[in-house]
Amino acid sequence: MIRPHGGKLIERCLTPDQKKAALEESKGWPKIPLSAESVSDVENIAWGVYSPLEGFLGEKEFRNVLNHSRLTNDLPWTVPIVLDAGTEEAKAFVPGRNILLTDEGGRPLAVFHLEEKFGYDKETMAAKVFGTTDPKHPGVAKVMAMKDVLLAGPIDLIEAPATDYARYYLTPKETRVLFKEKGWRTVVGFQTRNTPHVGHEYVQKAALTFTDGLFINPVIGRKKKGDYKDEVILAAYDELIKHYYLKDRAVMAILKMEMRYAGPKEAIHHAILRKNFGCSHIIIGRDHAGVGSYYSPYAAQDIFEEFPDLGIVPLFFRSFYYCKKCCSVVNEKICPHPAGDQIQFSGTQIRDMLLRGEIPSVEMMRPEVAKVIMGFERPFNE
Amino acid sequence: MDKEFTTVSIPTSLYKRIEEAIKGTEFASASSYIVKVLRESLSKDQRSEDVFTKEEEEKVKEKLKALGYID
Repeated sequence: MIRPHGGKLIERCLTPDQKKAALEESKGWPKIPLSAESVSDVENIAWGVYSPLEGFLGEKEFRNVLNHSRLTNDLPWTVPIVLDAGTEEAKAFVPGRNILLTDEGGRPLAVFHLEEKFGYDKETMAAKVFGTTDPKHPGVAKVMAMKDVLLAGPIDLIEAPATDYARYYLTPKETRVLFKEKGWRTVVGFQTRNTPHVGHEYVQKAALTFTDGLFINPVIGRKKKGDYKDEVILAAYDELIKHYYLKDRAVMAILKMEMRYAGPKEAIHHAILRKNFGCSHIIIGRDHAGVGSYYSPYAAQDIFEEFPDLGIVPLFFRSFYYCKKCCSVVNEKICPHPAGDQIQFSGTQIRDMLLRGEIPSVEMMRPEVAKVIMGFERPFNE
Repeated sequence: MDKEFTTVSIPTSLYKRIEEAIKGTEFASASSYIVKVLRESLSKDQRSEDVFTKEEEEKVKEKLKALGYID
């Protein structure tokens, strides 16, 4: 099995006895209620999805990630995992003293061992991570709306919040045992925030031809307006796997995390996370984790050149389309036929058809998948 | 890593070969080439056995069976 990023799978979860003691002690601690996105970050740290991180980044690590896309120990890391606080509220937080992190409803989530607090420049952060400071970019807008102080230190999970998708929630330790049980030595990870069309299926199966198993890993969490709802993505993939995959070759589990739309930097981040889940390979398609026209179509592939030590092999795919002459899914490298013979896999077009109650052609989307999506009254985020 | 660089000695002849080899490539200097090659080399052995205890593994297998991932 592939080694976790940094060599060791992090696990920062309290035992039942430790939980009891922490809950008792925490009565005198300050509390920070976290957004759903920060709750997911805490869980991802605790279960090792973000290995080797053991908490929210300190100032030196934060600046190193922004300036060099690496942690101070030289390991690749491109997206800073941070926790912000308001200037006034931060005055109550003293480095060296614990804080109780809670979810939005006030339920205890984790012990936060505050080590430092520091100021930062939001424009610099946005420019380094997203390559733009345009406030219309959803990731930039989120950074500009962050509070002014960053809090840093390790966390220990008290209790993971309940999820609507427990059936699909596996930690890296669990996926590693799963892959071992399946007898997979090589596993290709597929990141998605969409329902599958035939082009996705083709890419997954092309990758699966060269690996032992496929790990479909949809991102569950805050997404843009117009994106498919999480339950729709899961139901659509369930249907695809049921009808078109061998049971022993493909599995699906969710990743609770917000999309940041950081394009190339996020592609590296996604690769690191899948390596921690036990994937030896990851599929990187056109405009991976991009939004609008902020990144060139293959920037998310080119960036891998800068990280020869990533430890997971990226499989790059170009845009695919269905060619009526070839009678198959192809790309411009392998198909000589003109545009008139091509059927593009346009997410927008498929979405519009589904909204009108039309089933897309079989060349674009499996009918079983289309029917499942159409079974939802409101399949898109509003 | 900020302002944290160090000097490593390599044979002058090798240095000259590297300078020659990187002409017209994306590498701005022999140093950037050497950094990339070393990082690549250091990351080669990525496989290892997971170090879960038998007990941990059995517990996980039970969950995977309950969720239908394995029989």
